[in-house]
Amino acid sequence: MFRNQYDSDVTVWSPQGRLHQVEYAMEAVKLGSATVGLKNADYAVLVALRRAASELSSSQRKVIPIDDHLGISIAGITADARVLSNYLRTECLNYKYAYGARYPVSRLISNLGNKMQVTTQRYDRRPYGVGLLVAGYDERGPHIFQVDPSANFFNCKAMSIGSRSQSARTYLERNISSKGRDFVCTKDELICHGIQAIRGSLPNDEDSESPLLNISIAIVGKDQPFKILNDVESKKYLDMAKKLPAPPAPDDDAPSTGGGDDDDKPGDAPPDPQVLVSTMER
Amino acid sequence: MSSIGTGYDLSASQFSPDGRVYQIEYAGKAVEMSGTVIGMRGKDGIVLAVEKIVTSQLYEDDAATRIFTVDKNIGIAIAGLLADGRYIVDIARQEAANFRQQFERTIPLKQLTERVSAYVHAYTLYSAVRPFGVSVILASWDEEQGPQLYKIEPSGTSFGYFACASGKAEQQAKTEMEKLKFAEMSVEDLVQNAGKIIYQVHDELRNKDFHFEMSLISKETKGLHRLNPQPWYDQAVQAGLAAKNEDDSDNEI
Amino acid sequence: MYSHNNIFQTELWKGGPSPGQFYNFPGTNYNNSNTGGFTAPDIFGSKRSSSPITTGTSVIGVKFDGGVMIAADNLVSYGSLARYQDVQRVFKINEKTIIGAGGDFADFQSLKRSIDQKMVEDMCYQDDIDMKPKSLYNWLTRILYNRRSRINPLWLEMVVGGMQDGEPFLGHVDLRGRAYEDDVVATGFGKHFALPLVREQISNGEVLTLNQASQVLRKCMEVLYYRDCRAISKYSVAVSTAQGTIVQGPFEVNQNWALATMIKGY
Repeated sequence: MFRNQYDSDVTVWSPQGRLHQVEYAMEAVKLGSATVGLKNADYAVLVALRRAASELSSSQRKVIPIDDHLGISIAGITADARVLSNYLRTECLNYKYAYGARYPVSRLISNLGNKMQVTTQRYDRRPYGVGLLVAGYDERGPHIFQVDPSANFFNCKAMSIGSRSQSARTYLERNISSKGRDFVCTKDELICHGIQAIRGSLPNDEDSESPLLNISIAIVGKDQPFKILNDVESKKYLDMAKKLPAPPAPDDDAPSTGGGDDDDKPGDAPPDPQVLVSTMER
Repeated sequence: MSSIGTGYDLSASQFSPDGRVYQIEYAGKAVEMSGTVIGMRGKDGIVLAVEKIVTSQLYEDDAATRIFTVDKNIGIAIAGLLADGRYIVDIARQEAANFRQQFERTIPLKQLTERVSAYVHAYTLYSAVRPFGVSVILASWDEEQGPQLYKIEPSGTSFGYFACASGKAEQQAKTEMEKLKFAEMSVEDLVQNAGKIIYQVHDELRNKDFHFEMSLISKETKGLHRLNPQPWYDQAVQAGLAAKNEDDSDNEI
Repeated sequence: MYSHNNIFQTELWKGGPSPGQFYNFPGTNYNNSNTGGFTAPDIFGSKRSSSPITTGTSVIGVKFDGGVMIAADNLVSYGSLARYQDVQRVFKINEKTIIGAGGDFADFQSLKRSIDQKMVEDMCYQDDIDMKPKSLYNWLTRILYNRRSRINPLWLEMVVGGMQDGEPFLGHVDLRGRAYEDDVVATGFGKHFALPLVREQISNGEVLTLNQASQVLRKCMEVLYYRDCRAISKYSVAVSTAQGTIVQGPFEVNQNWALATMIKGY
């Protein structure tokens, strides 16, 4: 029934020092459609692919505004993300009430991490099955944070999570300026980089050139409150990005880094998780 | 470990027939997979250093830091599951804050260690929770007590040390440290040796990239716990790189 | 952040020692939040403070070109008795923020502990973000207004100053939760005696220099010493500029009793 006898509960260490339940929760992130986060000196941008549950439904919400200076995009169990975003909103609001200032992004996220950790250690809980990319702007500039179900979080130059996100990460790694800490480009170019990065993560049957490409774009930064672009603005950037050359196809030799291997391998059985959550190796 | 798979190793609240609690030992395995962490106590200062394995080029340098400040002059370095470690750090900060509230002074490291290790130990007693997958190294310095160094294991046991290590290369680091005379070491010696040891024990074949992190508490840092302080950070990195190059040229011969 | 324990901890520690148990005073229940303990009357009814006990008098703050200065004398009175004559009432909070306090000094000391803990927390985050004066001012306003709304005020009148994003900031908060910002603020008797003296100097829209500011504060402290029975001649000054913050003093005010030559019986 179980893959091994150590993966039934989050309270059980495997003899190798792994937490299988937490690793499985990490897999849930890869079931969600891809999302990309990236930043330059003044702005942080989120780009997310939206899928519709059926022909008749509207497409899902991938980007959730938290506060004027902060928003998240999600991959994984949407309902879990709502719990987390509710927490983030409450914290931001309380901080604003008490200090009359914006909650510093890194502090908010490290407190979120401690909240999430509890679910990875108790018999009566399960880890949150959702990965977040957080885009925020505070007195230290723009930030992109990656938050995992394992309650780990990482301060990123750029990142992509979700299904087939490896190609997006490869794109980001190749296009990030080698010396700088982030993208050195204008705001428009930054958004185009985001769109380009996520193009490689499109499901195979979907045409990346399709005019109806369902994409959410959000931006936050200097003198720019967190904003999800409307359809007209998104279209403008999609058209702008289309004029750029297609992103390089991810070659198989490329070092696989970041959020782990992708799940689109052939075969019916779900793949064994490769993620060594327990050691920070991933 | 003959009891593996016999079903006696599935809960922290269960002994195996040979008198061991396997879940605690398994939690220790998570620490053994972690990047190496060391703490060293010199004559008039104390240093923590970390081999932080870089898992993605997309991370910022300060991502997933393993050294934390708990109070003005108290630092903690974590080996093992980082999320667990941050949670422990939060507990330590609460204890330090509570003590400060009561006595209007910083908590002595010995007491902090006792409080935190009691907490860690509590997680080895119940089936409803799992033991923490972390080894916690605590360091402090002040005028009266001088440098102090303690380590807490996943089992909740703790000891004081002159120098200690956790993680992948614990043994190798210990071997290196046993060659040193800590009671006589200045801050400069301390940081340089910290750099040397971390760079030497890093296994390039298994993990290509790593980021060196260190912190220092001494009179020179005004008695404050400071992360990656200059100029000591550069001194440590230079000493580390020099030691590594020496090792490499040895291998070529 | 570290002021309340989460439920999980208490449950886990059931039957064992709870954090702080061994060094809390017996019989006090620290799990009670402010709400219950203070406002709910017990079976004998309850009484709250309706006057301060050990008090500090006026605090004066002025903005100058590139900074802020706050002055207060070094006296804490016990009623009309000049009980403690070597006490600091102006403080450096961090490199950006200074504060001065009048009113019940015990209330202030307890509040100051909370502020100091916040400074330690700022350090813990290792992100080089320090609390700014406006944030402290805002937080104090919330605390004081909250307490007065429970009809159990912290008997304080405070001046908060510092550098907010490169600009001088100066604000006043009191026990009613009243809060305002101005180029010059004062508390207690200082509102009547000191404010006019400073306003005279800046009435033409002039900005004071650091030197002028320190001179005018000196004058204010002197006048207050003459006219305020709860003042003494020794005072300290906290200064905040872009370079950082510092507390200077104690200084002695100039005294000229010749002007009282016609007054008998003092």
